[in-house]
Amino acid sequence: MTVDVNKTDGCADVTPPAGPEAIKAVPVRHPGRYVSAAVALALLGAVVYAFAQGKINWDAIPEYFFDDRILDGVWNTLQLTILSMLIGIVGGIVLAVMRLSKNPVTSSIAWFYIWFFRGTPVLVQLFVWFNLGLVFEYINLGPIYKDYWSSFMTPLLTALLGLGLNEAAYMAEICRAGLLSVDEGQTEASHALGMSHVKTLRRIVIPQAMRVIVPPTGNEVINMLKTTSLVSAVQFLDLFKQAQDIGQNAGSSVEMYFLAAAWYLIMTSILSVGQYYIERYYARGSSRTLPPTPFQRFRAAVLPARRPKGVTA
Amino acid sequence: MTQSPTGASSTTAAPAAAPAMVKAEGVHKSFGSVEVLKGIDLEVRTGEVFCLIGPSGSGKSTFLRCINHLEKINAGRLYVDGELVGYRQKGDKLYELKDSEVAFKRRDIGMVFQRFNLFPHMTAVENVMEAPVQVKGTAKARARERATELLERVGLADKAGNYPSQLSGGQQQRVAIARALAMDPKLMLFDEPTSALDPELVGDVLDVMRDLAESGMTMVVVTHEMGFAREVGDSLVFMDGGVVVESGNPRDVLTDPQQERTKSFLSKVL
Repeated sequence: MTVDVNKTDGCADVTPPAGPEAIKAVPVRHPGRYVSAAVALALLGAVVYAFAQGKINWDAIPEYFFDDRILDGVWNTLQLTILSMLIGIVGGIVLAVMRLSKNPVTSSIAWFYIWFFRGTPVLVQLFVWFNLGLVFEYINLGPIYKDYWSSFMTPLLTALLGLGLNEAAYMAEICRAGLLSVDEGQTEASHALGMSHVKTLRRIVIPQAMRVIVPPTGNEVINMLKTTSLVSAVQFLDLFKQAQDIGQNAGSSVEMYFLAAAWYLIMTSILSVGQYYIERYYARGSSRTLPPTPFQRFRAAVLPARRPKGVTA
Repeated sequence: MTQSPTGASSTTAAPAAAPAMVKAEGVHKSFGSVEVLKGIDLEVRTGEVFCLIGPSGSGKSTFLRCINHLEKINAGRLYVDGELVGYRQKGDKLYELKDSEVAFKRRDIGMVFQRFNLFPHMTAVENVMEAPVQVKGTAKARARERATELLERVGLADKAGNYPSQLSGGQQQRVAIARALAMDPKLMLFDEPTSALDPELVGDVLDVMRDLAESGMTMVVVTHEMGFAREVGDSLVFMDGGVVVESGNPRDVLTDPQQERTKSFLSKVL
């Protein structure tokens, strides 16, 4: 309370402005800000204290950080993320084109697919794929391939199908929004030049739709990276599963979860940087009309010093 | 069943004797229950500048879009260069053309839109190159050379590397004209090419069009520029309510309209 010295001055020396002199006013006090900052710091301190008090073997984290099993899990997680996103993106584009087609059969099938895969949890889908051997004992593709379902459906394939097919449903909606965002005049102009439907889509519509598609897709990639942790449930040796196994054997479960969280954070941060450059690429020719997203604005504030180097490279 | 994309052999029923580039016989077009064109008869001769004027909603833009089959007509017959638009006639039966056949016919018809519709993700020169490379399979270097010539012709040689968003409306429209010309069309359609422009930019675009007319290009122009119609036009049609109200030489129609409807329209716009 001793801080309020200024209050004693009162408002005695208020002189009429004698010219365009710089204003020297007593700033408005914001005592609430000090209070809230103090409360927040206190809470943060309490959290740090709690963890420092807890019986956490912090040394275990650097010890296992570059363990072969962990690195193997990181690699598997990345692989699974990329492959299932590829399935998701290709499937999503096909589904989006199907939904927008004039053929009522294809558009209904696409609608049904999206309805089903978006409406059921991924974890449930993963278990269904994994246990489909209860229904189909064999997989039989005639002379090409025949095997027991259980040996055909490896953990990797289960994970890929489960995550990829589910992702396709979400990507379909993102792609559809992107395709619809392109002005109809573009299609007309392209058709008037004698370009076919396919060429119009590939050369004119999709490159413009990408501007709308990329930001939410970046979101999906980051989401996917995290969702892959679910596949530990179908025995796929991803980062989470490896960390969990190490933790159980070494008796340091919590430490290994921290370790996994750190690795996930590193990977999502790298992916965010990649997304920024992809967005810049597809913004060409339209950057004047496209307002920067909050994400871009944030990046613009962080990166300006580095940008000239990046541009010349 | 000749699959010749030109379909020249299949139009024996067409009265193609006259050198008409566009011939409309009782063309009708409806959007749902709204009838936009109620029987249009007209003829555009090869090499002439044919102006379509009329109030908004009179169907003039719709008619223009029918010519390159961006809209499907519901009744009547429409011929371009002696060939039916969008259909093939065998005996007294009409067969719809496949998308690829429609696309093939559109190669010969250039179109310029009110809103330019340049491809925003390509530079000016890439816009002009796109169709020759993608549709005709022209080599890229050759297409770029030709595109540069065309940009020079419309006075934009120095803007070749600019994206549409970096060009003014008038510049964009001139690029759009160059883009249409890159396909070496035998017919050019202009859909109110200057209506979306600032008044001071209109002149540049009209100059390019005048130039094109002098080179002998057949042009169908939907316009509100009566000065251009009077100076450059060879024929003029006044449309209202989906029908042709009056037609003739632009100088005659514009200075001495015969119909009441034409008089009242012209008194408002001139």
